[in-house]
Amino acid sequence: MTQDRKIKIIVAKPGLDGHDRGAKLLARIFAEAGMEVVYTGLRQTPEMIVETALQEDADVVGLSSLSGVHMYFFPRVVELLREKGLDDVLVVGGGIIPKDDIPELKKAGVAEIFGPGTPTAEIVEFIKKNVRTRD
Amino acid sequence: MYDDKELERIRAGKENWEKTTLGKALSKFPERKPIFTSISGMPVERLYTPLDTADLDYEKDLGYPGQYPFTRGVQPTMYRGRFWTMRQYAGFGNARESNARYRYLLEQGQTGLSVAFDLPTQAGYDSDHPLSMGEVGKVGVAIDSLDDMKILFDGIPLDQVTTSMTINAPATVLLAMYLAIAEEQGVPFDKVGGTVQNDILKEIICRGQYIFPPKPSMRLTVDLIDYCFKHVPRWNTISISGYHIREAGSTAAQEMAFTIADGIAYVQACVDRGLAVDSFAPRLSFFFNAFTNVLEEVAKFRAGRRVWARIMKERFGAKDPRSMMMRYHVQTGGVTLTAQQPLNNIVRVALQAYAAALGGCQSLHTNSYDEALCLPTQEAVTVALRTQQIVAEESGATDTIDPLAGSYFVEAMTDKIEAEIEEYIRKIDAMGGTLTAIEQGYIQKEIQDSAYRFQKEIESGERVYVGINKYTMEEPEPTNLLKVDMKVGEIEAEKLKKLRAERDQAQWKAALDRLREVSQSDENVMPAVIEAVKARATIGEICDVWRDVFGEYRPKEFV
Repeated sequence: MTQDRKIKIIVAKPGLDGHDRGAKLLARIFAEAGMEVVYTGLRQTPEMIVETALQEDADVVGLSSLSGVHMYFFPRVVELLREKGLDDVLVVGGGIIPKDDIPELKKAGVAEIFGPGTPTAEIVEFIKKNVRTRD
Repeated sequence: MYDDKELERIRAGKENWEKTTLGKALSKFPERKPIFTSISGMPVERLYTPLDTADLDYEKDLGYPGQYPFTRGVQPTMYRGRFWTMRQYAGFGNARESNARYRYLLEQGQTGLSVAFDLPTQAGYDSDHPLSMGEVGKVGVAIDSLDDMKILFDGIPLDQVTTSMTINAPATVLLAMYLAIAEEQGVPFDKVGGTVQNDILKEIICRGQYIFPPKPSMRLTVDLIDYCFKHVPRWNTISISGYHIREAGSTAAQEMAFTIADGIAYVQACVDRGLAVDSFAPRLSFFFNAFTNVLEEVAKFRAGRRVWARIMKERFGAKDPRSMMMRYHVQTGGVTLTAQQPLNNIVRVALQAYAAALGGCQSLHTNSYDEALCLPTQEAVTVALRTQQIVAEESGATDTIDPLAGSYFVEAMTDKIEAEIEEYIRKIDAMGGTLTAIEQGYIQKEIQDSAYRFQKEIESGERVYVGINKYTMEEPEPTNLLKVDMKVGEIEAEKLKKLRAERDQAQWKAALDRLREVSQSDENVMPAVIEAVKARATIGEICDVWRDVFGEYRPKEFV
């Protein structure tokens, strides 16, 4: 990654879930960590999220879900990103996600899942380490 | 509460203690930290004495239970008469599964129902709508039509239980279904009791289940309040909710302040409609959170009751004492639960339930210890219900009224929280009222700033959270988690197909046309909504009429 370009991250709330405390908090933490942040707001379909990622030329998509719909939405976002040729966009997720769902989500292409109580610094570090490099 | 001479004596005594006994101890054993604060960040002093409550006027500020300003409680005998209503919020999957859970809870000694709806129902979408994908039956029960609602309350006599429904933007629709079932059971409307949340402002502030813009939303709210006052007198027409404000990150004082600000907006909207304040205000109810810091929570509840009573009396000119009572439901703090060492949550919930009891709640939901991991299992729900039964039956908190009154600390804290609430109300009034404060993102930003501050305190280790930043340990993977069948969505979609084919098309169309006509006028929508649900119009179809007439709300995001 070149020195002058900031990491660009889309923080998105897929589905009808309204729990946005974590998403908003992380948006602020990412901005403080020097990233460029786009928060989508609530009620995003996978199509809307991927469209935003495309428009914004995002490096990372962060998905937050606390209503139990991650098994549908997270893989769908990865799938659509690939369809659009955005296979190098890093997808991470968080929220109320049972641990035994994580292997399947990772297999679907979600890079990491951060559960409740994860130190935010850990999330920032993961993103910085795993984000795509640009020439 | 003490005369000047006595206060002087106490002041001298305290100074002496500080110089001698305390001074000596501090020089040998310094305190753990320079400043102590509550979980809300409120400074807590080393010792409270009568000096801290010197301005308290007992008769004026505290008074007696069941009397203005209700600081000591809204009922004259409180839990010596009867315990709070034990009401566990529940619902998942389809109506049949939820009905079974309700019957189980009633058999276990629960005294009221509390219905959780899935997100499509809360957002006014049918189960087969594209936005409902993956959400059907997840965080609550899926209700599309009156037929689902009939299954949900099958075998539950609506004249014997009271039902609280967490439903906001489409509250009129779910209430209409409930009333239609009461009618079928032969229960007259004046025997039907329960609550709809019907609090759209906090949806816009922090909970996210809005549909229509604020103005038409407020119109539906007032229509429901007005209709119930005339036809369903035992119904709690709104549950003005601080719970979600706190979950979103506010402090205790902010939770109370912003909830009261919302309350003021609703009362004003009803008054502007021409309703007499004493006609509807006795049916207003509230809903708060309880965190683990017991004393701060108790002070919050006491301060809230006092502020609300004064506002209703002085600002709105209420005459009926019932209009001045802040009656409320409490749910323990969902956000306080940890996914780490989940059994610790049972202890947190016990302390929170104890705070709710000491604070004088009218009904209580205790959370299940596994809620940071998944939707609660039956075992966890049972422990949660038992927790509040233990608080009620064994702790002694229910034997005398407002037992913490007179504690120098609790009274000082009550005053301090009261002052903070009043300061917020002044600020919001100066901005032009609650709706303006929400539109400008002021309330949202205040909440987010508190959430951010709390997170920083946890991450710096300044505030200890057991299992998160201290006393952590390696744990085995949790087992026995509840999962909702992904198939619920497909089954519901099939049912809808059948319903749409089999219902009386002429009756259905006439009912929706009538609803549109009424919605475009100033007439109360409730009778037309009742007719529409009876004609088997679905929740999505009814809300689509309103999306068309009222438009849809698109919030500005304040991050």
